Amino acid sequence: MRTGVFYENFQSEEQLWNSPVKRFWMLAFICALLTLPFWGTQYILAMACIVGIHVIATLGLNLTTGNAGLISLSHGAFLGVGCYTVAYLGKLGVPFYVTIPVAGIFTAMLGVIVGLPSLKVKGIYLAIATLAAHFILSFVFREWTPVTGGVQGTTIPRANFFGYELMGDKDNFYLIYFLAIILGIAARNLGRTYIGRAFVAVRDRDISAEILGVNLLKTKLLAFATGAFYAGVAGGVLGYFYGAIVPDYFALTLSIFYLAAVIVGGLGSVLGSIFGALFMTFVPEALRLLSNASSHWFPNAAGLVLPMGQVVFGLLIIIFLVFEPHGLTANWRRVKRYFHLWPFKT
Amino acid sequence: MIEFVEYSLLGLLSGGVMALIALSFVLIYKGTGVVNFAVGEVMMLGAYLYYAAAVTFELPPVVAFLISLAVISILAMLVERTVLRPLSGQPAVAVMMATIGMSSIMHGTIETIWGGDTYQPPGLIPRTPLFLGEILIPGSVLGNFAIAGILIACFLAFFRYSKTGIALRATASDPVTAATLGININFATLLTWMLAGSVGTVAGVLIASSAGLAPSLSGAALGVFAAIILGGMDSVLGAIVASLFLGWLESISAGYLGGKSRDVIPYVVVLLILVVRPYGIFGTRTIERL
Repeated sequence: MRTGVFYENFQSEEQLWNSPVKRFWMLAFICALLTLPFWGTQYILAMACIVGIHVIATLGLNLTTGNAGLISLSHGAFLGVGCYTVAYLGKLGVPFYVTIPVAGIFTAMLGVIVGLPSLKVKGIYLAIATLAAHFILSFVFREWTPVTGGVQGTTIPRANFFGYELMGDKDNFYLIYFLAIILGIAARNLGRTYIGRAFVAVRDRDISAEILGVNLLKTKLLAFATGAFYAGVAGGVLGYFYGAIVPDYFALTLSIFYLAAVIVGGLGSVLGSIFGALFMTFVPEALRLLSNASSHWFPNAAGLVLPMGQVVFGLLIIIFLVFEPHGLTANWRRVKRYFHLWPFKT
Repeated sequence: MIEFVEYSLLGLLSGGVMALIALSFVLIYKGTGVVNFAVGEVMMLGAYLYYAAAVTFELPPVVAFLISLAVISILAMLVERTVLRPLSGQPAVAVMMATIGMSSIMHGTIETIWGGDTYQPPGLIPRTPLFLGEILIPGSVLGNFAIAGILIACFLAFFRYSKTGIALRATASDPVTAATLGININFATLLTWMLAGSVGTVAGVLIASSAGLAPSLSGAALGVFAAIILGGMDSVLGAIVASLFLGWLESISAGYLGGKSRDVIPYVVVLLILVVRPYGIFGTRTIERL
């Protein structure tokens, strides 16, 4: 049971980590994360990088869909836009600390255009509008060969930090997690500002929000733009991480993967985005390891990993929707509450 | 000119099957308010069941077809009971994701059982091509169109004249009043799902028996969203007209602009419609404009 935490002013109560215990654990977590490249194996490091990229993208989608309630099925295509922007600019010799923000801003502008139908339609109609946008964007990825390299895909030159090339997973790890931590804190802070509250107001009851003076037009487009910005940044670091990309990577399944991550993690919560991205990355991995382990008894298990992964993916979505609509964050809160109140029962 | 007529005819005829898929979608949206992203997979599962019954168990095609219809109806009922009913009243994103989850499960199951190969199920209809002057129309296209047309006509008649059909329409337009008048709403919802599943199965079997059966079949249903938006999501007539129009448009654009434009033209239409006239051509204007 936590005791001895007193607030003497509003500021200390309102800060992000409002108790010494929380600050300690947060610091310990970040330190452990930053030393991961020194003790983790190659496999752990690569997985950590992928999780980091997914976390950034999921944070963005959670702002658009979780906080502002605008369903977006074009998030995967936004990642593609970010990735191709970085690829194009990188080949012109632009350094990564310029290309990544530019990718984010460019994708955000595109997000505003895709979000335009949200002014006229909402709910499921919006989902279909973003679906249409997804197909148009992936058509562009495949056909605009001078920029995107067409179906064969394109390569991305290594990130160069004042003459030092970011090579291998170790260097990329720091790039990814630097961005992930900054963007995570930004998302968390956004929730405490006027804009974040406007997002939630629009999601919960848009007519009331408008009467209270929230500009719906601006808020909705801003929600799309913010989500797309995160996707653009995630796509950019994805490009630097893989070094080469094909348009097939940004299929509709990627958008659905992020939507599933948001739902499994918890709508409208930063912690939920992190949990969701982590969970959804490791479930297919666990299946793969399981099939490797069982290949002794079932020789054709390797071929079944992909379809079985789809089945598990669908089951997870439905199980979470039916039994735990608030996602893993709800579980986390319950566990935390138990320890807070111990030895009393919740 | 001959070329134009040929493309137009082929497009219109292929629009007939698309109208069936659209009908399956509209039935569910109108009846239960659920946007069913699993239409393509339902279609595919029906086709695979037909293939399994007809080829693996060597049943006559008609019997196999009836068996696949029955199995799909039962599955649709189960899904409605276990997944969609607990979710009623949840936000749109939750229900949408549930249907996406179901489509993922079905897709994965099909690939686990049958793999990624292309099969050729036996045809239900004769394949004699039709010659109209210089224009050749493949028999499968014509047969598909005929079956789709007959089925759609049956459905329209069913909704118009039969007591059950009128009950379904009543439930769709106002569930509370319908319940007060003694209509069993739960049964109506179940029946809607079963009917939609059956229509999807017919579409799947028709497409599979003319173009082969592979997991990519489900992709055919994504283009149907364009037709539904164009026609209005809750209009059966709109779905049919829009499907025919889009079939024609796709065929014309593929003929004159090259095959690749087929992937993108329907979605450009969708975006235009959503910006200009979000309720479609025949849909009801119930969208809140905010």
